[in-house]
Amino acid sequence: MFKFFKLDQIFLITSKAPKYVMVLFVIVLSIGLLEALIFSPEDYKQSHSVRIMYVHVPAAWISLGIFSLITILSLSGYIFKNRFFFLIAKSLAPSGFVFNIVALVTGSIWGKPTWGAWWVWDARITSMLILALFYLMYLVAWRIFEDKEYVLKITTIITILGIINVPIIKYSVDWWNTLHQPASINLLSKSTIHTSMLFPLLIMTAAFALFSLLIFLMKYNTELIKIKNKGLDRL
Amino acid sequence: MINDFLNMNGYGSYVLSAFSFTLLSFTSLYLITKAQYKKEKQKFFSKFGALDSKRAELAKSQNTNKEILSSSQFI
Repeated sequence: MFKFFKLDQIFLITSKAPKYVMVLFVIVLSIGLLEALIFSPEDYKQSHSVRIMYVHVPAAWISLGIFSLITILSLSGYIFKNRFFFLIAKSLAPSGFVFNIVALVTGSIWGKPTWGAWWVWDARITSMLILALFYLMYLVAWRIFEDKEYVLKITTIITILGIINVPIIKYSVDWWNTLHQPASINLLSKSTIHTSMLFPLLIMTAAFALFSLLIFLMKYNTELIKIKNKGLDRL
Repeated sequence: MINDFLNMNGYGSYVLSAFSFTLLSFTSLYLITKAQYKKEKQKFFSKFGALDSKRAELAKSQNTNKEILSSSQFI
């Protein structure tokens, strides 16, 4: 079943893919920036400040998605006894962390003209900050622990504890009185966002997803070369 | 027209700083990841160069090593 996760086969694909992903990312990002900054309309209430949504929301979505994926991969690594799941998870984490920081900082910039404050201890913002701390713990754990078995265990525990926070982030706007508005985009019911704003939002989300794929591939290749370096030492 | 775009009804500094921070973060992450990749690849080349011919042949027989040694890599 996991023949695909063999080093030689996978490297043949991952070493060639970044250049195509990079070209696609630049094209999609250019379209996204034009749509987000020029063609999309201003909001009747928030005016042009609504344009911050086109970087803030996709960054938050992708950081949540990546953390969920890291948790699934870490657990799968344990269940199927396959170390490449951990390697994929480790390679995904840097872009997830950066997206989380982007979501926090752009949210803070958006907060000033909208709420009149750079930072408030709102449930959504606080839970996103906690997610950033989990990302940080995960990345630091890979750096500081030498023992391979131990680091796999520790990082999996971090992701299991961190994933509890993901539904809290999602439903914080429904469970508590927060400054954030409830979700405007729903997969199961009608979205309340106009298509003229939904389109650039989806384009920017696609661009951000391509960027995280690009960073993942570069990081994954680096990790594979690290393994090969160790292999050369043993020759 | 450009002034209108930059001003954005007084929100220009917020909007443009949010977009600039995002693009700056992307560029930094890309450059850091690229530097790490180059460093590991350099290490691989120096280790490979230090191998004797018999071991080098053995290492070359693996697809991944061959791929790393080829210059077709983008990053």
